[in-house]
Amino acid sequence: MTDATTTGATAREEKLASANSRRARIMGGVLIALALLVLFTLDVAPGESATFRLTTPRDAVQIGDLVVPGGPFNMIAAALLAFLGVRQFLRGGARWTNISLGIGLAILVMAFLVWATAGKSFSLTGMLQATMVRAVPIALGGLAGVLSERVAVVNIAIEGMLLAGAFTGALVGSLLGGWVGMFAAIAVGGCFGLLLAALVVTYRMDQIIAGVVINLFVLGVTSYVSSQVFAEYRHLNNAPTFRSFKIPILGDIPVIGPMLFNQNLFVYGALILVAVSTYYLFHTKNGLRARAVGEHPRAADTLGIDVYKTRYFHVTLAGMVAGFGGAWFTLGSVGRFDENMTNGRGYIGLAAMIFGRWHPVGALSAALVFGFADSIQQKLALLNTPIPSEFLSMAPYIATIIVVAGLIGRSKPPAANGTPYTKE
Amino acid sequence: MTDKRPDLKDVNERMRGLLARTTHGRDDFEDLVIVPVFAVIVALIFGALIMLATAVDLPTIGRSFVALAVGSVGSLSAWSETLTASIPLVLAGLGLGLGFRAGLFNIGAEGQLLMGGLAAVVAGFSLDFLPMVLHLPLTLLVGALVGALYAAIAGFLKATTGAHEVISTIMLNLISFRLLDWFLRQPFIQREGRSDPISKDVPPSAELPRILDFIDVNLRLHAGIFVMLAAVALVYWMLFRSKIGFAFRASGENPDAANYAGMKAAFIIVLAMGTAGALAGLAGATQVQGVLGRASPGFSAGIGFDAIAVALLGRSHPVGILFAGILFGALEAGGRQMQVDAGVSIDLIGIIQALIIIFIAAPLLVRSIFPWGFRKRRKGGEA
Repeated sequence: MTDATTTGATAREEKLASANSRRARIMGGVLIALALLVLFTLDVAPGESATFRLTTPRDAVQIGDLVVPGGPFNMIAAALLAFLGVRQFLRGGARWTNISLGIGLAILVMAFLVWATAGKSFSLTGMLQATMVRAVPIALGGLAGVLSERVAVVNIAIEGMLLAGAFTGALVGSLLGGWVGMFAAIAVGGCFGLLLAALVVTYRMDQIIAGVVINLFVLGVTSYVSSQVFAEYRHLNNAPTFRSFKIPILGDIPVIGPMLFNQNLFVYGALILVAVSTYYLFHTKNGLRARAVGEHPRAADTLGIDVYKTRYFHVTLAGMVAGFGGAWFTLGSVGRFDENMTNGRGYIGLAAMIFGRWHPVGALSAALVFGFADSIQQKLALLNTPIPSEFLSMAPYIATIIVVAGLIGRSKPPAANGTPYTKE
Repeated sequence: MTDKRPDLKDVNERMRGLLARTTHGRDDFEDLVIVPVFAVIVALIFGALIMLATAVDLPTIGRSFVALAVGSVGSLSAWSETLTASIPLVLAGLGLGLGFRAGLFNIGAEGQLLMGGLAAVVAGFSLDFLPMVLHLPLTLLVGALVGALYAAIAGFLKATTGAHEVISTIMLNLISFRLLDWFLRQPFIQREGRSDPISKDVPPSAELPRILDFIDVNLRLHAGIFVMLAAVALVYWMLFRSKIGFAFRASGENPDAANYAGMKAAFIIVLAMGTAGALAGLAGATQVQGVLGRASPGFSAGIGFDAIAVALLGRSHPVGILFAGILFGALEAGGRQMQVDAGVSIDLIGIIQALIIIFIAAPLLVRSIFPWGFRKRRKGGEA
């Protein structure tokens, strides 16, 4: 009997180990393929070098341009990728798989940039700054997702909440000024969060249907008002925007200074919210309670945590975060609302959440990756590369599918995610 | 021969049991008739309130409701527009409903519709040497096939890796928009002499003929309506009379039990997604072959998302979806009339549609707003 169990356990362990090593093998193969890709398709004409501008002439601290000789750099990149790949393929340590892959992708991106800028010059600082700006709504959307999915409420409605925030920001901002507009956007986002909570917690509607419906409803209302009212009364859709302001000293740091410390309110807000919510979720009593509700509501209930109230509170909070993120579209950038201007950013935020493994910092990092893909796509048009911009803009979505499919380590949602809770 | 009969009987019995379980605790009449009717009425009232809130005066509101009715069912041409608009909604809705029955929440009809429609356009102009008898069905088939393949990606990922279909189909939608933009710029597909992304035209031999043009050439109703009706019948047969449909429903109801009963869960998921995608692709094909005549960026115009609403409203039942699709088609056609006659934006229809779904999907909500009209619920009964 004991013999049988031990054999069973060993067999299971062996199976697990073989699955891990197979994954490592696949990863090794992928890395070797990337090395070949860099070697053969990203080949730079001999003698050409890429110039990255690190400062603009107006900056306080000046540092010289970074000039990278294209050919040698990509040779080295290919060699590094091949080394990582072969190592992964032969040794197959599961512990190193993700790190190798991360390093490999970073090398690939660098090689790509060098190849695209070969013989030209290109402002690295400007691109990083644009990356941060574009990451803001995605990061806030992702954070909203984290907050509600940590209490096991699937939030497809982020898209609608962002759109509602953008709309409210434009409307109220035009009438009463930017600050009031921003707070109104947060409040309206919170209302939709509350609505979602009511539909799924109290009326036990299917969570995905509730989200889809909120998206349809917000899209309908905002499009209706913008074509029925804004078209006629243009002054209602002309909000002031928040200018970027530089934080003294920190903003003068080359390269990362402009990216992190010379931005508008929304960028600072997003960074602060990510920090605060990380602290809240993982280092406070209430955060622990919230996560308990997401993992095992029955146990949480037994311990005296009010599951319904916790879900209501966090989903409303998520709505407020998404409302703030929505205001970025109008008050943080152009000052006017257009029909469906969020254009799927909420769904990308959801992807960022999964990519970031249901962690606020993870969601922010993933949002930065998506923002990078977004901003590099704009630059590529200027650099005149043969890669169609459509394929580059697809890359984040394909990456998300790969992550969801668990090909790069499994991203595990809270255990009770998506299931309604009925108190006994 | 002898051991086949009890087997069939057994299947029949299990199907009965399953049917009984799907309607368990529900009051059929209340659920299928009263709730939807209430939902539509309440949504229309809310629509009026929203018009009031945006400073539309009362006579205009009256006029817009009249226009809504006249534009959807008030004349032959109104009926023609209503049915034309409902064809792709019903087709895509059938696919989504079938997916719901199998426990799959497919948000990807929009992308499947785009890919299917694009494939139909390409097949249309590249196979134009064929006679119409072959060309037309073949083009529709290509649209369905490509839609099925595109949806099967999500099914395959779910079956093999457990990737949730909601996320993967949302991503596939976003990918399909970019893919379409790219394809429309390829010299093979882009129309000669144009720099904007637009495809070549579907030749007449692949066009779905207009069936009412003997009365008036402006009536747009096309032969796609027969495709739609055939699809309703086919899906009904498939779901309730075939073995594979039983497998779909069984794995939707209780995947573990279905697995124990020897049904291949992975195969069923891929097949259900593929069938749903085929119907969405067919919706795209009928749209380009019967109405648009070519593909352009975003030619799906949100039909794939509206179809989710149609499938929910129709309770994932083929006949229900048929009626729900016609209702949404009527709202679409009436909405256009409303915009022309009363100057009220057609986007109002979107709000009304969303409200209908809220009330349909949360019957508890309707019951709490309108306690009358419903019998008292049995204790412990499912909502």
